[in-house]
Amino acid sequence: MCLAIPGKIIKKINCEEAEVLLGNIKKSVRIDLLPEIEEGDYVLIHAGYAITKINSREANEINQIWEEIQS
Amino acid sequence: MKYFDEYRDKRLCQSIIERMKELTTEDINIMEVCGTHTMSIFRSGIKDLLPENIHLISGPGCPVCVTPISDINHMIALARMDRAIIATFGDMINVPGSSSSLKREKADGADVRVIYSPLQALEIAREFPQRQIILVGIGFETTIPLLASIVLEAKKKAITNFYLLSLTKLMPPIIRALLQSQEVKIDGMLCPGHVSTIIGAKPYQFIPDCYHIACVIAGFEPIDILIAIYHLILQKIKGIPQVENKYRRAVREEGNLIALNLITQVFSTVDSEWRGIGIVADSGLDLKSEYSDLNARNFLVKVETTKENNQCRCGDVLRGVATPLQCPLFQKLCTPEHPVGACMVSSEGVCAAYYKYSSV
Repeated sequence: MCLAIPGKIIKKINCEEAEVLLGNIKKSVRIDLLPEIEEGDYVLIHAGYAITKINSREANEINQIWEEIQS
Repeated sequence: MKYFDEYRDKRLCQSIIERMKELTTEDINIMEVCGTHTMSIFRSGIKDLLPENIHLISGPGCPVCVTPISDINHMIALARMDRAIIATFGDMINVPGSSSSLKREKADGADVRVIYSPLQALEIAREFPQRQIILVGIGFETTIPLLASIVLEAKKKAITNFYLLSLTKLMPPIIRALLQSQEVKIDGMLCPGHVSTIIGAKPYQFIPDCYHIACVIAGFEPIDILIAIYHLILQKIKGIPQVENKYRRAVREEGNLIALNLITQVFSTVDSEWRGIGIVADSGLDLKSEYSDLNARNFLVKVETTKENNQCRCGDVLRGVATPLQCPLFQKLCTPEHPVGACMVSSEGVCAAYYKYSSV
């Protein structure tokens, strides 16, 4: 129920709506909850709404896990 | 997809599990309180791969499962109204009430429509202005801002035939109720990643502060879950429980403030009944009085008396007191094709997960 899937914003249509790429599928989603998002951002989408922006500054989270586990 | 596929690396999964084995041989109980975590854990086989001393217990994290029979009966009563159209998320139509289900009502002629997004309920309302469209609003904090947004949009666009039956539930109060009850020994809490995208990390602070229990916010890929479990074990053996965010790429400390503002604008907290648990103070939300004209609770309908199958152990399963394997109905009278309890209906239900993925 709290399932959210990642997508990439490819076009901001207006303040409420954007076009996202979900795998190979283009879909329109609501962006009311994330008005600051921009084209190229990655977001998590839940039931037709973008609910959070993927923080690219934290993209190295996975590298930190590798380092922590292999140390 | 970038940011997610790399969290499925098999070698890293194996390495994390090996490191877990080095940490302790002490028995450690970890509860997950999110149905999406439950499914991810079963689907990826994590439950069977963990060291034998690490026990995963599923809690009340599936919104369909925790909705009590009284509320199922209420939506069935609303579906029987002459001009009503019920819009609901898929799993809900199969949940048995006292003597019927939304699916059975649909077969008998009621207009029940399965939706993917609450936005569709507004579209139906626009399409059928002479009908009363009732959105069955289930969900935790991940879904609640969406419902708030729909309510505001219905107001703004003066859509007067749209109604919400708010059956929404809040995660921190039910975690507190479970910990207070002390029915199950819990050493660590795997906190729900997507609920946390909305509420942030602070609302979990009472877990280490008041109950001295480890707490990690986790994502949903196998490595997200394994690294969270690894840190829960670390916190436990070090004796320093705290709230750790191991889903930083999606969860900010403060959550999503716009979403939180929407929730407080539209809803107020109410005591809410949970299946198998009872009424938990301030654990649900209902529409504020200024939105009462959209509140489906105002329809006067005759709701059937609650009748439960007294052999069904859904309630015990939701509290983590029993596993589905301890229920006399599991796999016998209760199957996904003919579910008796809600935990077998929902695709995120613990019984459905055991049925689909367990080798027992």
